[in-house]
Amino acid sequence: MSVTSLLAISLGAILTNNFIFAQFLGCCPFLGVSKKIDTAVGMGAAVTFVMGLASAVCYGVNIILVKLDLGYMQTVAFILVIAGLVQFVEMFLKKNIPTLYTALGVYLPLITTNCAVLGVALLNVQNNYNFIESVVYGITGGLGFLLAIFLFAAVREQLEFADNPKAFDGFPIALVTAGLMALAFMGFSGLKVW
Amino acid sequence: MNIAFAVIVLGVLALVFGLILAVAAKVFEVEVDPRLPQIQECLAGANCGGCGYPGCGGCAEAILAGKAPVSACAPAGPENAAKIAAIMGMEAPSGEKMVAHVMCNGGVNANKNFEYRGVKDCIAAGKVCGGSVLECKYGCFGFGSCVEACKFDAIHIGPNGAAVVDKEKCTNCGACREVCPRKLIVEVPYSKKVFVNCSNKDKGAAAAKVCANSCIGCGLCERTCKLDAIHVVNGVAVIDYAKCKGCTMCAKACPKNAIEPIPTPEEKEKFKAAQKAAAEKKAAAAKAAAEATKAE
Repeated sequence: MSVTSLLAISLGAILTNNFIFAQFLGCCPFLGVSKKIDTAVGMGAAVTFVMGLASAVCYGVNIILVKLDLGYMQTVAFILVIAGLVQFVEMFLKKNIPTLYTALGVYLPLITTNCAVLGVALLNVQNNYNFIESVVYGITGGLGFLLAIFLFAAVREQLEFADNPKAFDGFPIALVTAGLMALAFMGFSGLKVW
Repeated sequence: MNIAFAVIVLGVLALVFGLILAVAAKVFEVEVDPRLPQIQECLAGANCGGCGYPGCGGCAEAILAGKAPVSACAPAGPENAAKIAAIMGMEAPSGEKMVAHVMCNGGVNANKNFEYRGVKDCIAAGKVCGGSVLECKYGCFGFGSCVEACKFDAIHIGPNGAAVVDKEKCTNCGACREVCPRKLIVEVPYSKKVFVNCSNKDKGAAAAKVCANSCIGCGLCERTCKLDAIHVVNGVAVIDYAKCKGCTMCAKACPKNAIEPIPTPEEKEKFKAAQKAAAEKKAAAAKAAAEATKAE
């Protein structure tokens, strides 16, 4: 493991294999919480945090599962871990950082059912990442989510004032926009630094 | 065997997470302001929404945040407002206890244009034929929308067919005032007992035609009152509670029995006789005085 491989993982997670635009994970909050830049960034930050933490914890849980020859129970076990983790984080924030807690509001429990978080845990196993790689992949994957939702929210704020055809007003045009942005992110697929 | 193993492992895993969460819940327990439940205890607890907040919990939070006055809960009354003020470390607001009062005693004595047999609801009845069930444009329908609205069982349709407030039970939450389509229900001080039970602003003859108990704006009460506390305003007598001492002279003088407490016939006779005697005495005194000046 070298610094370059970590950089490659990061670049892949943020741009070429962006969780939303290339892997289509976490589309629910991406569409649901992207009406305003403020809340979108809050959601993105929360997802980044949970994804990093989930990667670390799931790595440990996966070792236990593999040792016990129960690798096929990964998905179920990871769901359990993520649900517990989000609950824990919620309690922690409520006590220690109440301002962030109130700012995140309902988004925090929503992350429990965010498939990007489960996705990152499963992808870590699939890619045979070690602990540090897993955590880096989790955090950078979250950053990719943050980037995507931020850009999308910025576009949607402008869309509010756009003179759309009536049939496209609101959600349809947002979905078209998301599709176009995914196409644009496809342009990163040839990106290779090392 | 394999299945049992998987189940046990996942079960243990879940148990561990459950325990961690349980411990975390204790460790990260957030203390709510101890004043919050105390304040909530002082509120009426009917969740009537009269304060404008979503239920008593919302009201308590607003009071705690200083967004609502300590007296925000009208049903709780001044004693509880004082208690909340003590919890909040503020001065108690002074204010007399107020109750609702229905300004109509027409009921069966009010003439009806037609018999309404629809939904038992004043708002519905008021929509039929422009609300012309009663000849009186101001009177109480007596279909009990206010009774429905009251969460404290404090307003009922009285024996004569108009709504009557039980002032012992009334908490002045304002629900009946809101719902009455004719806006007949007003706030009055709890301690007062004299009320003009009519809201008919029409001229004397018109008011007299539609209801046996209507205020015709004759002004007898105004002339009878020694305290300048009752006046005919816009064709209907209005009591100024800052001046009224509750002597009930106006009620006895009223030729239409529109002022509560409604006097018994004997009381009325007695009052008339007393008035007559007083007038005669006055006339005699004036005559005597006139004769005295003549003699001089």
